[in-house]
Amino acid sequence: MNVQVETPETLDVDDDRSFGLRSSAMRLLGSWRLAGIAIPFLILFIVLSIWSGPFLSTTNLINILDQQSAYLAAAAAGTLVLVAGGLDLSVGTIYILTAVVSGDLAEHHSPLIAIGVALLVGLGVGLVNGMIVAFLKINPLIATLAMSFVIGGVALRVSSGNLIVLSQNSGFYKFANVQFWSIPSAVWIVFVFVVVLGLLLAKTTFGRYVVASGGNAEAARLAGVRVNLIRIITFALSGLAAGLGGVIDTSRLLSAQASSATASQLTFTVLAGIVVGGTSIAGGEGSVPRTTIGVLFIALIGNGFNLLNINSLYQQIVLGLILLLAVSIDVWARKRRR
Amino acid sequence: MSTENFGEAPRSTADNAGGDLVVTGVSMRYGGVPALNDVSLTITPGTVHALVGENGAGKSTLGKIISGVISPDEGSMSLGGQSVSFKSPRDALAHGIVTIVQELAIVPGLTVAENVYLGVEASTAGFVRRRESRRRFRELARTAGFDLSPNRRAGSLSIADQQKVEIMRALSRNASIVVMDEPTAALSGKETAALHEIIRSLVRDGKSVVLISHFLSEVLSLADVITTLRDGNLIRTVDANDANEESLIEGMLGRSLLTAFPEKAIADDEKPVVLQVEHLSAPGVDDCSFVLHESEILGIAGLVGAGRSELARAIFRDSKASAGTVRLMGTELAGHSPSRSIRRGLVFIPESRKEMGLLVGRSVKENVSLSRLDLVSRLGWIAGIRERRKVTELVKAVTVKAANIRMPVSMLSGGNQQKLLFARSVMCSPNVLIADEPTRGVDVGSKRAIYDLLTEMAKSGMGVVVISSELEEVLGLAHRVLVMRHGRIITELSGERMNEQAVLAAAFAEPTNEGTVS
Repeated sequence: MNVQVETPETLDVDDDRSFGLRSSAMRLLGSWRLAGIAIPFLILFIVLSIWSGPFLSTTNLINILDQQSAYLAAAAAGTLVLVAGGLDLSVGTIYILTAVVSGDLAEHHSPLIAIGVALLVGLGVGLVNGMIVAFLKINPLIATLAMSFVIGGVALRVSSGNLIVLSQNSGFYKFANVQFWSIPSAVWIVFVFVVVLGLLLAKTTFGRYVVASGGNAEAARLAGVRVNLIRIITFALSGLAAGLGGVIDTSRLLSAQASSATASQLTFTVLAGIVVGGTSIAGGEGSVPRTTIGVLFIALIGNGFNLLNINSLYQQIVLGLILLLAVSIDVWARKRRR
Repeated sequence: MSTENFGEAPRSTADNAGGDLVVTGVSMRYGGVPALNDVSLTITPGTVHALVGENGAGKSTLGKIISGVISPDEGSMSLGGQSVSFKSPRDALAHGIVTIVQELAIVPGLTVAENVYLGVEASTAGFVRRRESRRRFRELARTAGFDLSPNRRAGSLSIADQQKVEIMRALSRNASIVVMDEPTAALSGKETAALHEIIRSLVRDGKSVVLISHFLSEVLSLADVITTLRDGNLIRTVDANDANEESLIEGMLGRSLLTAFPEKAIADDEKPVVLQVEHLSAPGVDDCSFVLHESEILGIAGLVGAGRSELARAIFRDSKASAGTVRLMGTELAGHSPSRSIRRGLVFIPESRKEMGLLVGRSVKENVSLSRLDLVSRLGWIAGIRERRKVTELVKAVTVKAANIRMPVSMLSGGNQQKLLFARSVMCSPNVLIADEPTRGVDVGSKRAIYDLLTEMAKSGMGVVVISSELEEVLGLAHRVLVMRHGRIITELSGERMNEQAVLAAAFAEPTNEGTVS
C-alpha cells in the first residue's frame, strides 16, 4: 500500500534479533515466569534428594508420576479453560463420576466399553458445562460449582454409595498398569495427553483463539473468533481429561468410590497447580508445561513431607502460602504489563 | 477522632498555591526509549497552557510528571519559587495539582457526592456523615455552577457529567492547577462547549489549566499559551495569539501538512454494488436502507447516539437484526456471527480499540493475524515464519512504528494501535470495510496516514463505510454522506449538497434532547 506519511525511525520489524529494551524485558518476563516455577521446583527436588534417601529412588519418582497422572491430565486441560477466561470447579466430581462409571461397567462388560463410555461421559459433562457457561451466560465459577453438586449426586446414584472393587485379572487393570521401560502405561498415556494439549495451546490456531477469548472476549469476537465455541471446547476438554483421570485411577487402584472429599481434593489441587505454574487467573495467558511443573511441585511437597515424617497438617499450610505467593506474583506481573 | 475530617484532606497550602509552576530540564525514558528530553516550561496562574503534539510526542508524559503520576529521570520542578518533587498523585494533590485523565477515575456504584469526596469523606469515628457530605456538595456545585444531583449513581451519568464529577473533586481539593488529558475526546458538541465554559471559569478564578488535546481548534480557542512537543522535545512555546492551526501542525510534524485529506477518487455509480442494506432494523436501528458501490467511500454522520455504531454492528451481524436484509456481493448475509461476516468479506473496525479491538497485553503479531490465522497455518498448526513475514509486511504497509512485532500492543501509541486494526483488516482482504471512528484519539500524523489507508483501500476496489463524529473527516473522505438521527437514515447527501451546513441541518433538524452520550 502506498502511503505518503514517512516513518523516520525504527521499522526493523523484520526479525527478532532487533527488539527494543522494553520488549526484551517483556520476553524476559515470559521466561521469568517459567523460571519462577522451575527454579523452586529444582531447589525442592535437590533438597529432598539430599535430606531423604528414598526420595531419589526410581520407584519413588515413578510412583509420584503414577499417582499424579489424573491430576496432570486434569490440570493440563484446566489450563486451557483458565486461559480462555473460564474456570472449572467440577473436574473433581467428573473424575469420581467417571471413576465409578468405569468401575461399574468393568465388572460386567469388556474393558473397552468401560473405558470408552467413561471417557464419553467425561466429555459429555464437560460439553454441558461449556454450553451452560456460553449460552446461559452464567459465571463459570457458579455454573461449574452447581454442576459439581449435580455430578456428585449422579456419581453416588451410579455407585449406590458403595465402594466398587475390581479383580486384578480383568483386562481393565492393564489399561493403566502395563509397563514400558518400567514406567506404567498411566504415565505414558497422560504424558501424550499433556504434550498434545501443550502443543494445542502454544502452536495452533485453536490455541491462539483460546488466548484471545480469555484476553479480550469482545475484541476476539469482533475479530471473528467464535468465542463461545472455543470456550465450550475448553470445557469439553476439561471434562474429557477428568474422565481420563477417573478411568486411569480406577484401573490403577482397582477400586472406585463416589467420595466428595476425593473430588474436592482433585479440583483444588489441580487449580492450585495451574496457578502455582503462573497461569493468570484472569485469563488470556498461560502455559501447559508450567502447569505440569506446578502440579509436580505440589506433589513433591506432599511426598517430601511424607518421607521426612512431618505432620501433613503443615503441608496444607505451606501449600496455602505458596498459592498466595503465586497469585500475588501474577497480580504484580499483570500490573507491569500495563 | 475529630468530628470534622475535611481538614485532613490533602489540600493546597496557602503559601505555595497560586505561584508559577516552573518545570526545568525534565527528561524521562521508558526502558531506554526517550519519552521526554530536557523539557522546560512555566505555567502561570490564571492561564490555560495547552500541550500539543502527536501521540507519543510526550504530552501525556509531561502531564503525568506535573501531576506526580510518574517522577522524571532528570530535571526539577518548583512551585511558587519553592522546589518540589512529587512522589505520587497524592503528593501533587497536596500542592494543589489535580489531574483529570482520559480514562475517568470514578466509581460507578457510588453516588456523585460520594465520588467527589472519595477518600476524604466527612466522618465521625469512621462513619460517613452523609448529610454533611451532601451539604458541602451543594455548596461546591453552586460555586462551580454545575447542576448535578448528589444522590445519583455516578455510573448512570453521561461521560460529560462524569467529568464534572471529576472536576468537582478537583475543586473540592482546592486545586490551583488542573491537568486535563484529552478531556473532550469522548464528548458531544454540546458537552464540549459546556466543558470549555468550565475551563474558562477555572481560569477566571485564578487557577491554571494544563490542557492536553488533539483538537487544534479547541486549543486555539481556549489556550493562552501553547507548547508544542515533538518526539519528546519541546519545539516551542508561544502565545496563543501568535499561533494558528497551520503553524501548530507544522510544529508538531516538523513539516507542513499540505492537504488535510487525500484526493478522492472519482465516484462512479455504475460500479457494481458490494453492499446492499434493505429495511434493516435492530436495537437502536430503525428501517435503514442504502447501497455501497465498489471503490466508494460512504460517510455516516450524525450526533452521538444517533445509531451509527448500532447500524454498523447490525450490518456486521454482531447484533441481531429484527427485520430487513444485508446483501454482500449480491448474496444475503444471514445469521448472527461476526466470524461468518469476516469470512464472507465484511470487516469492521470498532470505535473503541482497547475495549473492542485489541488484545492489549498480547503482541503486535498475534493481534494482526488473529482474524486470518488460516492464511498462516496448515491444518490448524501455525507456521511461525510465514506468520512473521506476513505480519511484518502488513505492519510496514500501514506504517506502524514498532520496534518489533513481538512487542505488546499496550506499548504502542494510540495511532499505531489503530493502524494495527487496519493491518488486521487488510489481511482479511475484504470486499467491504466498516470503520467506526477510525481516528478517535489519534494524533495528526497518524490521522493523515489513516485517511490515506482508507482512500487506498477504496481505490483497490473495496467499498468503505466511514462513521465519524468529526464532520470534516466525513466530508473530506466520503463520496456520499448519510446522516442519521434516532436510528434512522434521515438524508443522503452527495455532490454540491454535501457540505457542513446540510449535514448539521439534517442532524439537528428536530429539536430534541439529543446530544447525550450513548
